[in-house]
Amino acid sequence: MNGVIAGISYRALLGRRRIWLLVLLPVVLLALAVLLRVIGADGERATVELMRTFAIGIMLPLLGLIAGTGVIAPEIDDGTVIHLLAKPISRPVIAQTKFLVAASVVALFATVPTFLAAYLLIGLESGVASGFALAALVGGVAYAAVFMLLGVVTRHAVTIGIAYAVIWEGLVGNLVPGARRFSVQQWAQTVADQVSSSFFLSTEIALGFAATALFVVTVGAVVWAGLRLRSFSLTGDE
Amino acid sequence: MNIELAQVSRWYGNVVAVNDVTMTIGPGVTGLLGPNGAGKSTLLHMMAGFLAPSGGTVTLDGTRIWQNHEIYRSIGLVPEREAVYGFLTGWQFVLSSARLHRLPNPDDAARKALAMVEMEGAKDRRIETYSKGMRQRVKVAAALVHDPQVLLLDEPFNGMDPRQRLHLMELIREMGTAGKTILFSSHILEEVERVAQQIEVLVAGRHAASGDFREIRRRMTDRPHLFRVRSSDDRRLASALIADASSGSVSLTEAGLEVRAVDFRRFTWLLPRVARDAGVRVWQVSPADEDLESVFSYLINRSG
Repeated sequence: MNGVIAGISYRALLGRRRIWLLVLLPVVLLALAVLLRVIGADGERATVELMRTFAIGIMLPLLGLIAGTGVIAPEIDDGTVIHLLAKPISRPVIAQTKFLVAASVVALFATVPTFLAAYLLIGLESGVASGFALAALVGGVAYAAVFMLLGVVTRHAVTIGIAYAVIWEGLVGNLVPGARRFSVQQWAQTVADQVSSSFFLSTEIALGFAATALFVVTVGAVVWAGLRLRSFSLTGDE
Repeated sequence: MNIELAQVSRWYGNVVAVNDVTMTIGPGVTGLLGPNGAGKSTLLHMMAGFLAPSGGTVTLDGTRIWQNHEIYRSIGLVPEREAVYGFLTGWQFVLSSARLHRLPNPDDAARKALAMVEMEGAKDRRIETYSKGMRQRVKVAAALVHDPQVLLLDEPFNGMDPRQRLHLMELIREMGTAGKTILFSSHILEEVERVAQQIEVLVAGRHAASGDFREIRRRMTDRPHLFRVRSSDDRRLASALIADASSGSVSLTEAGLEVRAVDFRRFTWLLPRVARDAGVRVWQVSPADEDLESVFSYLINRSG
């Protein structure tokens, strides 16, 4: 962790227009919660559905994508990253710092609104609010790591990231039973299920597997990103 | 400190960008001269640790440069691309550089570096409001903040106005005199000549020539020059010129005479005398191949 790099990264991520993208999705989640409440569809079942499909299914991967690629991809694109890389700081430390910035931003922008939205609907009933808040935290951290790695590995991080979030996490992970074992949001829901006693939330992955997978994916992505940064090359486009 | 390149090559797929280059960059100012696309940036990126050589080795006083972040304690790099964090002020940018180097007194170092490039006045403005030349200078300040022994600059004078250019040239010369190892790339001979004691010429990825600016100048002058001459009697002048050994070949064209002078000095001395003796009035003498590109291609053909 390097304080100077973290400071610059936070400013690049939050000081620009990107912050509105980060704000937009949580605002939509809270608006949906208010709407459900107003029309009286604020039962536990509806709450769990909103959490599962929107908070974890849509908001979380997109926030992870915006923050994860946002901490590194634009800098690699325009070459400003050289300012950080041409310094006597090990590249893995730079990758870890970028990850911590992305993870903390996703944690803040996903966990708090998730908890609030569920609380707005059913209070602390059946531990739904805290369960999904924890799920948003661990899932968001994993997404931040994966998408940061993507930002280091490819120049098309956002396109690939959206395709991954929509096709794999959205469709395959939801529809193909076997693929669920390899989906960040399914692991996150497993964590939510563990905390929550809600009858409407059921998952089929063992907690041990989900927790291990989340840990391995997060750490693995950060380590890999560090290794890739060690071989960062400026291609000779004179 | 010395940067040593031993039989360094770099290729992209089938394209060879740098071909078997061996050179040592020592203390003082070295200019890396070559036309656009000659592989200057590729070579400089390998010296700066931002590209792995496909073959050969690039070392700094014997230490490998690629994948070694410790070298940045000794190396300062000014990249060609002008992108910098636009939302930072010049002061914040240079200060961040000092902090990333973990200097004992980052404020002092940043202040000193900004003073060196005469950017104290604009230091509190955001970089996105800077002109291209100011960005260039603030990048130089960020690269100098840790007082590196080695400074690498990629086309540093691009986009600077004449006054800024002179000032940076002066700064580079001073640092060279102080014993730092400085390398900068440029495609403009006059630029390189004014600053560098040592010039390395790169053409089409190959190391075409090496020497001080006199040596390079001499090699560029002592080559067959092609002149176009128009006179009152081209035929008569041609026969008078061909008699002397300094004119390699003379051909009569619609537009006048084309003379390939083997000995540049003798030819310029000879032409007016021959014309006078032959009673021919010379209207125009113009060099036909003075552009840098043809000079470079001559150098590469001779070294190859």
